Amino acid sequence: MYNFEFAKPTTIADAVEALGHEEAQALGGGQTLLPTMKQRLAAPATLVSLNAIPEMIGVCLNDAGEVCIGGATTHAMVVREAAAHYPALAALASHIGDPAVRNRGTIGGSLANNDPSACYPAAALASGATIKTNTRDIAADDYFQGMFETALNDGEIITEVRFPVPQTANYQKFVQPASRFALVGVFVAQFADGVRVAVTGASSDGVFRWTEAEAALSGDFSKSAVDGLSVPSGSMISDLHGSGDYRAHLVKVMTGRAVAAAG
Amino acid sequence: MPKDHGIGASSKRREDVRFLTGRGRYTDDINLYGQAYVHFLRSDVAHGTLNGIDTSEAEGMPGVIRIFTGKDFEGVGGLPCGWQVTDKHGNPMQEPGHPILAQGKVRHVGDPIAAVVAETAAQARSAAEAIAVDIHELPAVIDMRKALEPGAPKVHDDLDSNLCYDWGFVEENKGAVDEAFSKAAHVTTLELVNNRLAPNAMEPRVAVGDYAAGTDDSTLYTTSQNPHVIRLLMGAFVLGIPEHKLRVVAPDVGGGFGSKIFHYAEEAFCTFAAKQLKRPVKWTCSRSEAFISDAHGRDHVTKIELALDADNNFMAIRTDTCANMGAYLSTFAPSVPTWLHGTLMAGNYKTPLIYVNVKAVFTNTVPVDAYRGAGRPEATFQLERLIDKAARELGVDPVELRRQNFITEFPYATPVAVEYDTGDYHATMDKLLIMIDRDGFDARAAKSKEAGKLRGLGINCYIEACGIAPSALVGQLGARAGLYESATVRVNATGGIVVMTGSHSHGQGHETSFAQVVADMIGIPEAQIEIVHGDTANTPMGMGTYGSRSIAVGGSAMVRATEKIISKAKKIAAHLMEASDSDIELKDGQFTVAGTDKSVAWGDVTLAAYVPHNYPLTELEPGLEETAFYDPNNFTYPAGAYACEVEVDPETGKVKICSFAAADDFGNVINPMIVSGQVHGGLAQGIGQALLENVSYDADGQLLSASYMDYAMPRADDLPFYQVDHSCVTPCTHNPLGVKGCGEAGAIGSPPAVVNAVIDALHRGGMTHVGHIDMPLTSARVWTAMQG
Ligand SMILES: Cc1cc2nc3c(=O)[nH]c(=O)nc-3n(C[C@H](O)[C@H](O)[C@H](O)COP(=O)(O)OP(=O)(O)OC[C@H]3O[C@@H](n4cnc5c(N)ncnc54)[C@H](O)[C@@H]3O)c2cc1C
Repeated sequence: MYNFEFAKPTTIADAVEALGHEEAQALGGGQTLLPTMKQRLAAPATLVSLNAIPEMIGVCLNDAGEVCIGGATTHAMVVREAAAHYPALAALASHIGDPAVRNRGTIGGSLANNDPSACYPAAALASGATIKTNTRDIAADDYFQGMFETALNDGEIITEVRFPVPQTANYQKFVQPASRFALVGVFVAQFADGVRVAVTGASSDGVFRWTEAEAALSGDFSKSAVDGLSVPSGSMISDLHGSGDYRAHLVKVMTGRAVAAAG
Repeated sequence: MPKDHGIGASSKRREDVRFLTGRGRYTDDINLYGQAYVHFLRSDVAHGTLNGIDTSEAEGMPGVIRIFTGKDFEGVGGLPCGWQVTDKHGNPMQEPGHPILAQGKVRHVGDPIAAVVAETAAQARSAAEAIAVDIHELPAVIDMRKALEPGAPKVHDDLDSNLCYDWGFVEENKGAVDEAFSKAAHVTTLELVNNRLAPNAMEPRVAVGDYAAGTDDSTLYTTSQNPHVIRLLMGAFVLGIPEHKLRVVAPDVGGGFGSKIFHYAEEAFCTFAAKQLKRPVKWTCSRSEAFISDAHGRDHVTKIELALDADNNFMAIRTDTCANMGAYLSTFAPSVPTWLHGTLMAGNYKTPLIYVNVKAVFTNTVPVDAYRGAGRPEATFQLERLIDKAARELGVDPVELRRQNFITEFPYATPVAVEYDTGDYHATMDKLLIMIDRDGFDARAAKSKEAGKLRGLGINCYIEACGIAPSALVGQLGARAGLYESATVRVNATGGIVVMTGSHSHGQGHETSFAQVVADMIGIPEAQIEIVHGDTANTPMGMGTYGSRSIAVGGSAMVRATEKIISKAKKIAAHLMEASDSDIELKDGQFTVAGTDKSVAWGDVTLAAYVPHNYPLTELEPGLEETAFYDPNNFTYPAGAYACEVEVDPETGKVKICSFAAADDFGNVINPMIVSGQVHGGLAQGIGQALLENVSYDADGQLLSASYMDYAMPRADDLPFYQVDHSCVTPCTHNPLGVKGCGEAGAIGSPPAVVNAVIDALHRGGMTHVGHIDMPLTSARVWTAMQG
């Protein structure tokens, strides 16, 4: 790790200002950023911690009935505090990494990083969440732009994520055995006006919506509705943990299981 | 009733007090006054010509003391290989040089090119990044079969080819083996891979070199399983330091699994640089660096065939294996696929004819050497998978096919050069079948089926040659070392005992179990005995710990030394009681004159030895300290039967281990709890190999599984609660404790059980086209195999 300056602002405004400096970078839980720095693959001049900004921490329900999660809220807090409002989301958070990761890692960090195997992107996309930043609201459909790519501008921070709560939902994570990130993860959310299915881990374009499954499930929310479908394996990731064909197959299996579990 | 102390008692591991409370003293805890730090710049390409190294910018960086390159080691010896294998034509293996820092060429990702010594580790690393290396990249050879093709790029330009040796064993049997195959009623053939593993000891390697200019003494602190071996190899072959001027200390070591047997470049570098710079020099390996610098394990590609007669008796076995050596010969690499592998191909079975062919191959990969089990897991895996396949082809019960061919009479001379002294393979199999409730399997399988899962049962046997090893024998086989062990038993005036052993404990619990043996022999509390190991300055020349040898060889040396102590103590006691020493009996720490009530206590005798006022000074020297060296006259042969039950998810190919049972015959057991722990750890590693672990290179020699993000280590929830049993005992016939060793069994015996179980599950699920799946049986591989 190279030397760096450290700032710990207590308001969003101060954080934004601190991030305006040359080579400053936001620090959430550091679960992705710090290992990268230790490997000397990242060398920010200043780290701006978002962990002491009260307005960015916590879980609540807004008037629209959305679950609002502060951008610096840890996975562990989501597990505890979202369980009553959005059990599928809390369950997803409970299977991220290990206790140390969950007690440090944040939802904002996860969504900003947009790892193609991360879990939260699937929840955000399937829920039709809104990513709120210090400057604007971004719909999940516009936010994810490919592996590690998002709509965020330099220095823009995720201050809150708002999740509409579906009638029923479930996330099925098939773990990559080494990292235990998602080899394939499928989040299925059934709303009054239709079903959304988001897939993580599988595609070299990052998290995506499986629209054929959404259409089929919106008509018939049952496991058998996806039986006849198939996922094209062309854009699937193929690596030492599984071929594109295998991932495509898992997308279908996990979707079916998520539907069955959502009930 | 279980014993509460001495041999057979599950005494609590005394070393755990410091290990579990953060008070261990590992090599990285050692920091010396004036210490500098080294960072190794390593090759990021698998194969290339080293055109130039420009260190000028790096030399000016903050804190840099000196930068070393291969040039600084011209005239210094390379890393030696400790075993010379003779090929099937009687010629010695091809043995390339192994420089401390690359000279002329780099040969694998991780090959060290330069070493920067600086005031801090971070400064050393920063300066290393500023070194400009001009490498002309060459095509790499990664796949062994391609490496052997004519015209393949050569890893070592000065060798004839990438073939290290072509070994035939026993070459004279080949004709008879081929003939048996031509007459066989049935032949089963299996091609398989024994996957390459990274050892991943919890503590990465560390070395601290120190030099005392006033006395010209060098000291190396290092994470080693065998400090005396490092002293000998490094002193005599690399740096030219006589042993009396070189001390090697291996303090608390956090696991080795073989990977810390070998003499590594970093150890020699730190010792060398400390003398050059007149400052201590420290290196601490990072986990990422460990993946590309610790010797890997396994990596065999094998074709094996079994010939059976019309009554299903095994007639002959023939194997053809390519064994990866990596880019250089690590210390004991050549012995692993030969003498530790070919000699075990008989397994537990009376196959009269066996021929083993092994081609050892150089590739542009990290060197491969012994890893827990070393050669024996490879032999067991082939044989036990093959027998399972044969049973399936013949439509017979795999257990019965094994039983029918068991060796039942001992001693038994195998056709592959070893003689099993004792064993009872039916007993461990009987035990196993009770442990696993085999009769209840169908009901369990039906339940799994209801849950949409395919259940399978895999059973296998194993045998290993441990207690390594008779020196005269291994000398004939090419070892450049003896494999005896040593112990000094030093009794203090007040009766406490310090045992200085040449064995080395890096997790095995010797400080507890060795003390149990001496306590039992003398009849005093274990707490009165201290076990000292790991420092060449205060232990007799020993060969260290690997090959499940410590209790069988090191323990035997300690028993011999303790016997000498007892013999002398009896003479002292006889003098004190004015009796004849042949009448003295020692029990519970009391010397008595047989048939009388005269007695003196252990402490009276030890005091008399050191305060010899009333002492037979004309016949005996004062003091009570004895040393013994023990050279075994055979290997020991632990054996057993293992079973694994799995559930396979037919939709995803995911394998879940439902249960695992191990029935082992380790001979006599000193501490059952420690033995169970050794088996547990071995099973975790064996199951890890079977389901999860795999070192994977791409075609250019880049390591794909270079961190825990991609190299899957077993975690607690990947593993079941084990059932282990070591109540079947046939004591070893040729060592004083009747012990066989237990350190590697779990890793040797478990992979075939897992794979057999998965294949069984698939066959029960109707997927009879699946003959074999190569390890690790990841869900992706199982699913792919299921698709046909
Ligand atoms: C062992 C391990 C296992 C893991 N397993 C999983 C898993 O199973 N599933 C999973 O989804 N993830 C997993 N993770 C990742 C984990 O969820 C991390 O918490 C997450 O990827 C990053 O969050 P963070 O708060 O730690 O961000 P950091 O590491 O601090 O930052 C990551 C990036 O996001 C930026 N950033 C941070 N916060 C914000 C913000 N509020 N606004 C804008 N930019 C921001 C940073 O500048 C940086 O570029 C694992 C991580 C580890 C170490």
